[in-house]
Parts: sequence; C-alpha cells; structure tokens
Amino acid sequence: MTVMLRTKALAKSFTLHLRDGLVLPVLSGIDLAVSAGECVVLTGPSGTGKSTLMRSLYGNYRADSGAILIRHRGETVDLALADPRTILDVRHETLGYVSQFLRVVPRVSALDVVAEVLLARGLDQAAARDTARALLLRLNIPARLHAIPPATFSGGEQQRVNLARGFIAGHPILLLDEPTASLDAENRAVVIGMVRDAKAAGTAIVAICHDADVRDAIADRLFSMTPFQDAA
Amino acid sequence: MTLLSGRGLNLDFGGITALADVDVDLWPGEMLAIVGESGSGKTTLLNVLSGRLAPDAGVVWYRDPNDHRHDVHAMPAPALRTLHRSDWGFVHQDPRQNLRMAVSAGGNVGERLMAQGARHYGDIRGAALDWLAQVEIDANRIDDLPRTFSGGMLQRLQIARTLVTHPRLVFMDEPTGGLDVSVQARLLDLIRSLVARLRIAVVLVTHDIAVARLLAHRIAVMQRGRIVETGLTDQVLDDPRHPYTQLLVSSVLSA
Repeated sequence: MTVMLRTKALAKSFTLHLRDGLVLPVLSGIDLAVSAGECVVLTGPSGTGKSTLMRSLYGNYRADSGAILIRHRGETVDLALADPRTILDVRHETLGYVSQFLRVVPRVSALDVVAEVLLARGLDQAAARDTARALLLRLNIPARLHAIPPATFSGGEQQRVNLARGFIAGHPILLLDEPTASLDAENRAVVIGMVRDAKAAGTAIVAICHDADVRDAIADRLFSMTPFQDAA
Repeated sequence: MTLLSGRGLNLDFGGITALADVDVDLWPGEMLAIVGESGSGKTTLLNVLSGRLAPDAGVVWYRDPNDHRHDVHAMPAPALRTLHRSDWGFVHQDPRQNLRMAVSAGGNVGERLMAQGARHYGDIRGAALDWLAQVEIDANRIDDLPRTFSGGMLQRLQIARTLVTHPRLVFMDEPTGGLDVSVQARLLDLIRSLVARLRIAVVLVTHDIAVARLLAHRIAVMQRGRIVETGLTDQVLDDPRHPYTQLLVSSVLSA
C-alpha cells in the first residue's frame, strides 16, 4: 500500500522563556509510517507526547528536527520545512484533524460549521449543506439543532459536530485525537463505523484513543510511545 | 506571486524606532494579522504599507491586476489616491474617519462607486441597498444619516462603503476595537465570511489575539518596531518561540 505519512527522526522540545529558558524535550527519534487504508493508534501513558506528536503531524507544532513527509497531490511534502501557504494547502486537500474540542465561531450554525469545509472546496451551498446534514444525522445530532450555533451544545454534541467537520471532506489522511472521549456507547459505535468506512475508502488514519473497545475496533497497528529519556 | 511586499522598512520618529528592518509579504486572498502591544509599531507599519506614511528606508511593492509592479512610495499622489479609491480599501478603528457624517447611509456607500465613474442613480442605489443588506443594515435606514447609527452599525457601514468597489486589498486597523463583545462577534463573523467569499487580501492590525486567531491565515508579532516572530497563525499562537510571543500568548485571559 502507498505510504501516506512518514516521519523520520522527528524531534520536538519546548523552550519556556518565561521559566528562565527551561527546555522540555518531548519527542525524539520518532519514525512512524502510515499507509492508505490503515489505522495506527498511538499508545503510552499520559505525558509521553501523544498529543504533541499529533499536533506536530498537523503542522500545528513546529518540529525541531527530522522530517514529516506527507503524500500531497501526488507528491511528497515535508511539513517540517513547508512554508505557511503550503501547510494550509496540505490541510485543505490532504490532511484532516479532529481535535478534542470544537473551536466555536460566534453566530455560525452547526450545519454551516460542518459545511464550511466543503464550501471552501468550491461546492455550492445547497450541496454542501445536504452532505453536512446527512453526516450530522448519522452522528445523532437531531435536525432541530442544525440551525443553532454549537456554543450552547453539550460536550458530547460538540464533539460530534467536530467529528462531522473532520470527516466530511474525505481527506486522504485523518488525525483523530480522542474522537470518542465524551460519547456514549451508541455514538461510539457510530464513530467506529465512520472510521471503518474511511479506512475502506483508503484513508490513512492516526488516532489517540484511550477507550480499549474503540481502539480494538479501529486499530490495525499500535505505535507505542515511551517517556522521553534524557541522554545524560 | 505576492500582491504586496515590504522590504527593509525602517522609520524613526525623532530618535524613537517605529520600524526596524521589517519585511512583509501578502498573497492574494490571504489575511495577515499584525499583533503586538500599543507602541510596538503595528499601526505605523499599516500606514507605511498603505502608502499613507513614507519610510526612512525600504520599499513597498504592489502588484496591480495587470501584473505591473508599483513602488507605492514612488507613485504620483493622484495615482495613489485612485488606488485607495478602487483597488484598495482602508477600514479605520473609528468609522467616523472614513464616513461622511452629513451624507445618508446609502450616499456613503454610493459615493465610492461614483468616484469610480458610476453615474446611473438606480444602479448606485441598487448597489447601496445590496451592500447594506450584506452588512445586515435594514433597507429602510438607507436615507438616514450615520449619526443616528450605533457604533456597531457605523462600523458595518464603513465596511460596506469600503467593499462596494470590490477591492483586492483592504487594510484594517483594529476594526473591532471599542465595540461591545456581542457587537464584536457579529462584526468578526461578517468580516470573516465577506473576506473569504470575495477572496480579499487583508492586512489586519489588532492587539486582540483571539481576533487574529479567528480571522488570519498568518500572523506577525511586533515588538519595538521589529517583527520578532511570524508564521501560520495557529503555529505561532500554540507553539510560540520568541520570549515576547510567549509572554503575549500567556497573558491572554480565556473565557
């Protein structure tokens, strides 16, 4: 299978200038490869850098060294070196991300929060909203909520809006950070179904997932992370 | 190809450094936020980029729709004025700086079209009505004077007046400053959707990091006249590297 995402010797630390330049090393020597149609779940105790790796893979955190190679529009892009406009294009076309929390925009309805991704791709509004509506219904967000901005939604509802937003565009690579953390059993089953559909469609997926049942249901492979060891 | 580029911009105000070795690039359809505290040089940079204030050193290039490059500060004054009336727009923090308070709301919007040569009254009024609707001002207010408008409405009217000529590049100086939070949210949403739909390039000056995060593709952080950090908005705000950016980000109260 085509490798869609590969990291080579990826390293990431944080320098806290407000704490006298304290350096917190988090990742080093990360070599991860994910193929089309495969779901790799990151495992390891809290504090081992799973979320830091996810954010680095999305280009949200800037790598110190190493490469993040993404299969994008038929070519390989190194996200660790790419300029901002290239990173935005990779996110637009290739790389989707479902964070743990929905960042709500004032006044924008749930339906349009989800449809926005398709509109940005040039789909007309009616078609984008139809697709968004179907996805929200699949995630058990009832139609009466679609016109309401999600700011007032419950945590589980916001997470499902976020999932709909993440899955709607069919990005070839998806990063899922705790996709089922605040969902009940019924909705967890829906998300498992969506991940399986995405894999069948050839999507490469990297996930963080503490729920063992969900992990067993979606993972093809585990990528185990260990606490950072100081060389000294 | 960049729409606007500043290179090596320097400016001193009587021994006080306002701009020091500033380079800026803006691509078509892109929103760039310039953030930093008061006195960091944000508004000075905006004024230099828009040709309103000459730098001591450095050059600002603008690429027109015919792909010709212009040195903004070497342009004859009438040519620069024409640019400001057509291809460019400027949204001030205080809308009264841009609006004509003795002219009706519709007149304020129509005036910019007339300055471009529009003469047909019905067309101009139609365009004014259309733009008032786009900025969510009731059609029955078209003949009212701006002084009867609230602060939020004035700001929306200024945006209608600015965008009616379909500019490719708009400079915005604290467009939501001084407004109530609820009014701010409405205005931010409006700016966000209009700019995305019309694919306008924007240089936005703000001291509000939340505004920059919501609107801007890229961000430049200024301190004492220098750009100390620049990059993708979410990278700079979530993984700040420069001590000043870390201070700025950590000082924000989250609701």
